[in-house]
Amino acid sequence: MTALLEVENLSVAYGAIEAVRDISFAVGEGQIVSLIGSNGAGKTTTLRTISGLLRPLTGAIRFEGKPIESLAAHTILELGVAHCPEGRRLFGRMTVAENLQLGAYVRKDAGVAADMERVYELFPVLGERRNQKAGLFSGGEQQMLAIGRAMMSKPRLLMLDEPSMGLSPIMTQRIFDTIKELQSQGTTILLVEQNALAALALSDRGYVIDLGRTTLEGPGHDLLADERVRAAYLGDA
Amino acid sequence: MATLLQQLISGLVLGGQIALIALGYTMVYGIIQLINFAHGEVFMVSVFGALATYNWFIPESWQQTWPLALLAMLVGAVVVAVVLAVLMERFAYRPLRNAPRLAPLITALGVSVMLKEIVRLSFPGATAAVHVPRAFWDEPITFKVPGGTVVIGSTGLLVIVVAIVGAVLLQVYISRSRMGRAMRATAQDPDTARLMGVDPNRTIVLTFVIGGALAGVAGVLYGVHLNNVDTDAGFLTGIFAFTAAVLGGVGSIKGAVIGGFIIGVIKTVGGQYLPGGTAYDLVWIFVLLILVLVFRPQGLFGEPERVRA
Ligand SMILES: Nc1ncnc2c1ncn2[C@@H]1O[C@H](COP(=O)(O)OP(=O)(O)O)[C@@H](O)[C@H]1O
Ligand SMILES: [Mg+2]
Repeated sequence: MTALLEVENLSVAYGAIEAVRDISFAVGEGQIVSLIGSNGAGKTTTLRTISGLLRPLTGAIRFEGKPIESLAAHTILELGVAHCPEGRRLFGRMTVAENLQLGAYVRKDAGVAADMERVYELFPVLGERRNQKAGLFSGGEQQMLAIGRAMMSKPRLLMLDEPSMGLSPIMTQRIFDTIKELQSQGTTILLVEQNALAALALSDRGYVIDLGRTTLEGPGHDLLADERVRAAYLGDA
Repeated sequence: MATLLQQLISGLVLGGQIALIALGYTMVYGIIQLINFAHGEVFMVSVFGALATYNWFIPESWQQTWPLALLAMLVGAVVVAVVLAVLMERFAYRPLRNAPRLAPLITALGVSVMLKEIVRLSFPGATAAVHVPRAFWDEPITFKVPGGTVVIGSTGLLVIVVAIVGAVLLQVYISRSRMGRAMRATAQDPDTARLMGVDPNRTIVLTFVIGGALAGVAGVLYGVHLNNVDTDAGFLTGIFAFTAAVLGGVGSIKGAVIGGFIIGVIKTVGGQYLPGGTAYDLVWIFVLLILVLVFRPQGLFGEPERVRA
């Protein structure tokens, strides 16, 4: 079985600073795979390179077996890779509805309106306030909108960068439930989290990244049990 | 009373002219934070484009026929301005998109000097002012008001109407259409817009096309209204338009138009009534600009500068 997404020996640098060094991982169709690691480990840089916002120094990125590392960001999205960025990055001066329409920017089919309704059903608070500016919503509501927006392109692979950042435990649970739900509906998920416990509990597979390198990998529950992971990321002594 | 109204009308006509050009400054700045100083010259070249079309590209019978002459001149001006704007974006500004902001600014100044000299040296007679045909019916509209009459020329009225209608259409396009959304998204957060599948080059080119087209419309109106043009036309009008955009709030369509009208009116009404007369009209315009920038740096309708996370 070839994976939906394969990242092979990827290195990415900002000028002289090499932020990602020789990372490799794969995301199988239908899986939830998480990349965990502390602040500055290179997780965001990895996602931004996959979606074409950054260019790798070396290494390969393949989606459905085809190399995508030199394609334009909009082409990568059209192939079916959506990226819900760190910090949500909503268009704060646009309404909820406009943010969702932008999520569907590349779509030419007639189902966009129906899919917007589905987002409103999933997150009723967005439906009730669909004509309000996105910037007026709470952190949790904004994260819902950011996920809804990313789903509007009907991606095969959804990449989420720290969706639980700054959210209350209840809201975090809500977001993780949503991620599980999206997986059960057939979306493959690449999840980046600092909240390692919650992320690994949800994941089919996890990769621990430290200082730009993959240091550990394995099925989510194995990593959860690994004492090195527990010591470093879960606060266990 | 009559004099005041008359000056007000002249101001609105000038203001409409300025507004159409200010829209180009404001749109380009809104999307790539570039002050395209060559935009005023695009307007100037488009007047010559209209003139060239009239002189060389339409049959003589059209020259006397309204509205064929005007429409042909409009097409000529718009095509010239759009092509120029697109070439400028592609070859002068795009290669500098990630350069320090001073580089495209200096480039813009260079492009404007170049355009002006090319026209001056290559267009027959353009070393001095050139006559532009009227190409529009010549019926001044006269109103009776207390203390006399006021006159508004048909071309002047056309300028005001076109500026307002153009700005409203543009506003609707930007706020309602799919491409308009993409432009706003690119302006607010270019990287995230790319994650939505927006191709930044396409939106940026479209912005230059719209700005160029409006400059072309302004160009043909300028020509038929004033009936002459010289290669300096772009400089002062460009400065006014740039000032209007800043006054109204760069990035704001409403701001550019209202800023344009304010500047036009200050120039004419202020030139009549404020101390110093017409010799000081530019002074009052820039005094107002400075006051606005001191008390409301984002301009009348601009969004306050946000700090990005
Ligand atoms: N735009 C940038 N310019 C220079 N260095 C950067 C930039 N963005 C991130 N870095 C650096 O790259 C490294 C990895 O950052 P990042 O990918 O954001 O990590 P993470 O998402 O895991 O917290 C860090 O050392 C960070 O300081
Ligand atoms: Mg990060």
